[in-house]
Parts: sequence; structure tokens; C-alpha cells
Amino acid sequence: MSLAMRHTGRVVLYGVLIFFAAYYLLPVYMLVLTAFKPFDRVSVDQMWNLPTSVYLESWTRAWPLVAPNFWNSVLITVPAALISSFIGSLNGYVFAKWKFRYSNLIFMLILFGIFLPYQGILIPLVQVLTFVHLYGSIPGLILVHCVFGMPITALIFRSYFVTIPRDMLDAGRIDGAGFFGIYWWIMLPIAAPAFAVALIWQFTNIWNDFLLGVVVLSNPSLAPMTVAINNITGTFSIEWNLQMAAAILAAAPTVLVYLLLGRLFMRGLLAGALKG
Amino acid sequence: MIAPSVLAVLVFIYAFILWTGFISLVNWNDITPNYTWVGLQNFGRLFQTPRFLIDIRNTAVFSVFFLTQCLGIGLVLAILLDQRIRGEAFFRTIYVLPFAISAIVTGVAWKWLMNPSAGLNDIFDAVGLDFLQNRWYADPNIGIIATSIAAAWQMSGYTMALYLAGLRGIPGELRDAARIDGASGVQYYRFIAIPLITPVTFTAMIILGTISLRLFDLPAAMTGSGPAFATDTPAFFMFQTTFQQYRYSQGAAIGVIMLIFAIGLIVPYFLSVKDEIER
Repeated sequence: MSLAMRHTGRVVLYGVLIFFAAYYLLPVYMLVLTAFKPFDRVSVDQMWNLPTSVYLESWTRAWPLVAPNFWNSVLITVPAALISSFIGSLNGYVFAKWKFRYSNLIFMLILFGIFLPYQGILIPLVQVLTFVHLYGSIPGLILVHCVFGMPITALIFRSYFVTIPRDMLDAGRIDGAGFFGIYWWIMLPIAAPAFAVALIWQFTNIWNDFLLGVVVLSNPSLAPMTVAINNITGTFSIEWNLQMAAAILAAAPTVLVYLLLGRLFMRGLLAGALKG
Repeated sequence: MIAPSVLAVLVFIYAFILWTGFISLVNWNDITPNYTWVGLQNFGRLFQTPRFLIDIRNTAVFSVFFLTQCLGIGLVLAILLDQRIRGEAFFRTIYVLPFAISAIVTGVAWKWLMNPSAGLNDIFDAVGLDFLQNRWYADPNIGIIATSIAAAWQMSGYTMALYLAGLRGIPGELRDAARIDGASGVQYYRFIAIPLITPVTFTAMIILGTISLRLFDLPAAMTGSGPAFATDTPAFFMFQTTFQQYRYSQGAAIGVIMLIFAIGLIVPYFLSVKDEIER
């Protein structure tokens, strides 16, 4: 291959990569563009026009509209991510290091929870939550996220703990540590990377969840951010520039986590795919 | 802590599935629970409901278009990024970014972009691709394809990341050996790399398939059922039937059908990864 041809090839290669970068950024650009325009400039026929001046009022008006739901999402997501990661670490430890009868079968049965279409369990879920007086409450939704987050967190921790050599457990056992001793003194201190991956993954998933939120917590004042955004954008009474600003506020936490901790985010992404 | 949490998950999944199955066989189609046995009547009615048949067709059409876009774009981008690209991390970060954004926000953005009289249509007009202009989700014939474009925007970068990890997992010696044997870059991918990452394709198809089956957030944010149920899905139908019309048994029947499809996808997948789990 001649040098000129190789050069042309590289130019085409980067051209395609830049084209796709534009494709992925276009909807984000559209959101940001619209959110910085006043309402009289967001009509359909001037959709692509740049704002004549930076208009910040969409933001100051959108924030009070969704702030309660933003804090609801924080109240739901942070405890649920912490608890489901902690429980996942215990279960991952058990399924990696303490084989018992049918442990692999039980683990697979749990993993099905990752792919479960929730429509197949929503009715009993609502019945049980109503029965224990947790339906329609933030603790109720936290409980639901903890339970349905456990399959993926158990998988993340199990994949991590199987790589820890048996010798370390045996050393702990010689020192007189039992089941929890080994977990607490040996496994937990080295599990920080797995914790980071599980926490980020759970934070993103729970923050972005809509289905469980809208079923368990549809009360507008308690609803999470995704449900609020869906309510806002479903009405014609709220201006488009406010809708877009609110949508950006809804996306900001997970996007920030992704941009700051991208490597750990990618590890979680790959952990969800068992093979690859 | 362990036994109870494992038990809770098993109950929340399997006991609930059994209970959903039971509800689908009784006549609880009103706000007050009614456990009168009616056998398969709810299923019979479901398969005579035009909306449900449209939903099944929508799911099929969606998954074909969604998987084609994700696997196609994902594989091409992964191969391109595998060419020792300057700024690889920069491109990769942009490509996977939509995966960090919720389907609700994705729906808001694409609803705006796919406005029947503006948005993408303006771009096509500006670059002379007028024949691509259409009414997107407002067109009953292609509404679900419009949804698949928004969904693929979210998930094609994710698929790229799976493929890229697969390509990076191929031992460097294989690539060197191929080059020494005179294989071109194209031949390396065609005859060595792509066959070696077949498991990634399989995994991605299962994951994307279950996403197609569960499609709910995106139609909820973009269009709802759409014109003539053009963008309706079984998940959306189930939600409205159960939680807005209080026809619980009818909703449970939709849930059971969705579970059957999900099990059909997951069991072969689990059997194929069984050895990896059991190591």
C-alpha cells in the first residue's frame, strides 16, 4: 500500500469517527441549545437557530419545578445503591468462595433477575408492598431497587472474588477467622475496585429507572426525577425550553459520574455481559 | 443477611412469577380482587385484541431494526477504534455517553429531533437527502422504526464497547501471525477477529433482545402508543391495562407472555455460559 493511499485511508477513518461523534452528540446539542433559548425562539421552524444571547431563565425556572423530585431521586438512589452493593458483596463472596449444594443453580436463578421483564412480577410486587404498607413510599422503592439490584451486584462481586487466590482464605482460616472474619478482614479490604464498579453501576441504573418508579411511586410529590420529567414533557402547558432544561438536570448526575469515572463505568458495563 | 437476601430475591422473582401466572388464570378484571378461575380466557381474549397483535408485530420489527443498528454500528466503530487511533479515549467516551443517559431523557431529545416538520428533516433537506425526510413516529407505518433509531442511539455505543473488549481480548500473537502470513487488515477481521468474537455477538443479541422485549420508557417518553398503536409495545399495553384500567388478570396475561419470551431468550444463553459460571 502506498503512503498516499494509507494517508487517505487515515483521513477517511477519522472522518467516519468524527461523523459518529456528531451523531452521538446531536441530541445532546439539541437539548442544550433549546434550554438556552427563550420561549419565543424555540418554535419548530427556528429549531436549529443559535440563541441570540445566552438565556439563563429556563434554568432558574426549571429547577424549582423539578427540584423536589431531584432530591427524591437522591434519597432513593444513594441508599439503594449503597445497600444493594453491600448485600451484593456478601452474596458475591458466598457464591465465589463457599460452594454448597446447588449453589451454581441458585446463582443462575438469581442472575435471571438481570434480564427479568418486570411486567411479569409487577402485580404481586404492588400487592406485597401494599400489604406491608410500603407501597407509594420512598422506602418501598428503595427496597425494590435493593432486591432487583442484587443479581447484578452479586455478579460483579462474584466475578471479582473468584480471582482472589484460595491461599488467602486458607491463611485467614489458619488464623482462626470464620466465614464473616474472612469476609471482613480479608475480602472486604481488597474489594474496593469491585465496590466502585457496583456503586457506579447501581447509581446509574437506579437514577435512570422509570418503570419501577412510576409503578411504585407515581405520587407526583414523591416521584423520582424520571417520572417528573415524563410528566412535564407530556403536558403542553410547560414551555419546551423548560422541558429541555429539566431533562438536562435529570441527566446531569449520571453523565457527570460517567465522565469523571468512565473506566469504572466501563467495567460495570462489561460485567453485565457474562461472556465477551 | 445472606440467606435472607438470597431468599428475598428468589421470592421476588419466582414466587411473584407463579402468582402472576395464577392471576392470569382468574377473573380479576376490576379494581376489587376476584379470584374466580377462568382458565385461559384472558389469554384467549388477548390474542383476539388487535392492539396486542400489533404490539407483537411492533416488538418483532423493533428488535430487527434495533439489533441491526446496534450490532452494525457497534462492530464497525469497534474495528475502527482498534486501528491505534489518536484520541481513542475521547471518541470512546462520546460513543458510550448515551448509555449513561436515561431512556426518558433520550425520548425527550429524540421526540424533538424527529419532529415531523423540522429537526432531522431540516438536516436531510440541507444536505440534499430529501428522500430521507418523513414523519417519523407520527407515521403509523414506520413509527416503531423511529423508536428503534432513538433506542439504537442509546445502545449502539454500548455494543461497540462489548465488541472492542472482545477485539482487545484477542492475543496479539494471532494478529502478528496473520500479518506475517500476508493477511491484510480487512482479511484479519474477516477471517480471524470477527469469527473469534462470535460469542460477543451472541451475548449482545441476547441483551439487546431482552431490551427489545421490555421496551417501555422510550415509547412512554416519546409517543405513548402513537397513531394507530404504531409505537405501542407489550410492556406499555401491560402498564395501561393493569395500572390505568385496573384489569389485573388481563395485564398479568401480557406479563406471562413476556416472561415466556424472556425465558426463551435467557435459557439458551445461560446454558452457553454455564461452564463459565461453574468454574
